Amino acid sequence: MNTQYRRWIAWALAGVLVISSGTALAQGAVAPEYRWLTFAVFAAIISLTMYVTYLAAKRVKTASDFYTAGGGITGLQNGWAIAGDYLSAASFLGIAGLISQYGYDGFMYSVGWLVAYITVLLVIAEPCRNIGRYTLPDILAYRNDPKAMRIVGALSVITVSTFYLTAQMVGGGVLVKTLIGIDYEVSVIAVGILMLAYVLFGGMVATTWVQIIKAILLVIASLVLVVLVWLPYGFSLPAFLQDVVGDPKVQTRVASLLGDPARNMSAIELGQRFLEPGLYFKSPIDQVSLGMALVFGTAGLPHILMRFFTVPTAQQARKSVVWAMAIIGGFYVLTLFLGFGAAKHVGPAAIAAVDAGGNMAGPLLAQFLGGGPNSFLGNFMLAFVSAVAFATIVAVVAGLVLAAASAIAHDLYVGVYHGGDTVPPQQQVRAARIATVLVGALAITIGIAAKGQNVAHLVALAFAVAASANFPCVLLTLYWKRCSTGGIVAGMIVGTVLAVGLTLVSPNVTYPKVVKAAAQKVLDGEAAKRTAIEAALASADTLASGQAKLDLALLDKAVQKANDDLAKFAGQETSFLGLEKPLFQLKNPGIISIPLGFLAVLLGSLLFRDKRSEALWPEVYARQNTGILASKAASH
Amino acid sequence: MASPPTIDWDAVIADPRFQELHRKKQTFLTTLMIISVVFYFLLPIGAAYFQDLYRVKVWGVINFGLLFALTQFIVAWGIAYFYSWRANRDFDRMARELAAHYEKKAG
Repeated sequence: MNTQYRRWIAWALAGVLVISSGTALAQGAVAPEYRWLTFAVFAAIISLTMYVTYLAAKRVKTASDFYTAGGGITGLQNGWAIAGDYLSAASFLGIAGLISQYGYDGFMYSVGWLVAYITVLLVIAEPCRNIGRYTLPDILAYRNDPKAMRIVGALSVITVSTFYLTAQMVGGGVLVKTLIGIDYEVSVIAVGILMLAYVLFGGMVATTWVQIIKAILLVIASLVLVVLVWLPYGFSLPAFLQDVVGDPKVQTRVASLLGDPARNMSAIELGQRFLEPGLYFKSPIDQVSLGMALVFGTAGLPHILMRFFTVPTAQQARKSVVWAMAIIGGFYVLTLFLGFGAAKHVGPAAIAAVDAGGNMAGPLLAQFLGGGPNSFLGNFMLAFVSAVAFATIVAVVAGLVLAAASAIAHDLYVGVYHGGDTVPPQQQVRAARIATVLVGALAITIGIAAKGQNVAHLVALAFAVAASANFPCVLLTLYWKRCSTGGIVAGMIVGTVLAVGLTLVSPNVTYPKVVKAAAQKVLDGEAAKRTAIEAALASADTLASGQAKLDLALLDKAVQKANDDLAKFAGQETSFLGLEKPLFQLKNPGIISIPLGFLAVLLGSLLFRDKRSEALWPEVYARQNTGILASKAASH
Repeated sequence: MASPPTIDWDAVIADPRFQELHRKKQTFLTTLMIISVVFYFLLPIGAAYFQDLYRVKVWGVINFGLLFALTQFIVAWGIAYFYSWRANRDFDRMARELAAHYEKKAG
């Protein structure tokens, strides 16, 4: 058995390296002559995680080992693993990027991701540990009709995980391509194969350790960068920010964001504006709606909920959330320095020139701090940060695939198809592995099929579905006596359909008529802008002409995109649902779909009473509060 | 998924000790939850409607808005710490006593 695993893992490792190095390399952020450095760091991290997987594979014998590491993870370990599961590339690179491009609003955005864990800590983590086993549907099935719960629960788990997974695969593919220039398809396949190797052989044990390693690397990388950024200011926050707002690159960025109103502002005022709200968020209702999805959705994310079944007791579950909050919150505070540091040293325009979303802020900052694009240390640091970004994607994807696979194998195959626990342990593990391969293949396929699609809003959508469907159902089955099978089915359906439906008719979807109008506007304004930039280019001021060069590159990119858009949507006037413009004006459906999800559970429960749900209420309520028999459930 | 019938769950939730744990926990958790949600949503709502307040410089170039956002982290950590402290001190002990009592009774 061991040699078999060893051989498989060796093949997977070799496969990834061969695919990665044998491919035609396009231009990435890492210069070609230093690309070997990136691969060396990649290889080191992959080897370490593969070794851990090899050790873990020997310990995975039962379904409990595969899904929840046998409940043998400590609170501290689980805290790091939650951080590793949660801090996706979107938070690692995305939030630093947002801060580097929009200042204050980017930092404000990060707060909701931490506050979300208060909900997890106060009302979800411990009760779930006390009554749950492997999956989210387990909690629902405790007092409600098991078959119905496993079907709706598993569907919801698969929906949420697939949205999240698609965003990670596509985002990851683009990222790796931008960083090191590997083809998009190749990087999607590499992420997929690695993740499969971890989950398939090592189950939750390996997934947990990969997430812990990744979280530690992420924190180390960020700490090093922050020390280098902050040290010259004697670790004084006002002195550092004073320098940021005094930077001409930052001031120019604010001026271009504000447009006409910036004309009457001094350079100092423009810089200071970077520390004030309103450069990114334009609609307060939309922001509150997103905040609701984050604060209530995190508690309904299947891959996060699953982490609480890996610890032995409610106390350890509590401890793990507190640790996770310390790590995640600390990390977001560090992104403040990464984002502002990148804005000051690299400049918002130079960052946007590599990636329009600002995702390259962190990596480019690392390169600058190490000595710039032509230095060995600069490239080593860029390589290290790139490799951490890659590990980040793989670790998050592994957690998601495990959650989706457990819903298929444990809830649908064992729970619904076989009607319970009569399936022998070895067959359960085999079912889990088969489901893992299916989900992994699906993830790779979707990742490749969705190439070039704008999937950034899919993460927000996953949170919205989790907040509107999973969260009301889990909360009310734990805390409300009258909650019943009918209520949960209604809540799952209404919450999911509303969150997805509202998003499909929201501004997130592409409306060709709107896009073409915007493209036309860019083309109409091109001549005037070009004249202004050429005037700046001709000026003697080297700083102004340097900025003008970047502006020119951005303008060329914008014009190129406008022309592409016009060509792409020629003869097309409506979205794929036949709409000319959005029906629902908010980008985030939470503010509507979350209350209605709760309402659906309430009405469904009152309309369709269920004797089993009510008869088992004392048991659920006593157990979730006291942990009676929890140790027995965990050792099962 | 039903557990052994030996534990009388109705007796557990009718037990005065359980009632006390339940009451204390419910009040404590609801209060903390409301405080944390209200405090969090003050940030984006304030950023939209009280921009002049957020602009007020407090410490060098650092303005009220930035300090308020940083305070969010402190408050979130504070709530987590406060809850753990309270749970470790009171709730765990009460829950452990109940669990020991009824698990022993069930054999």
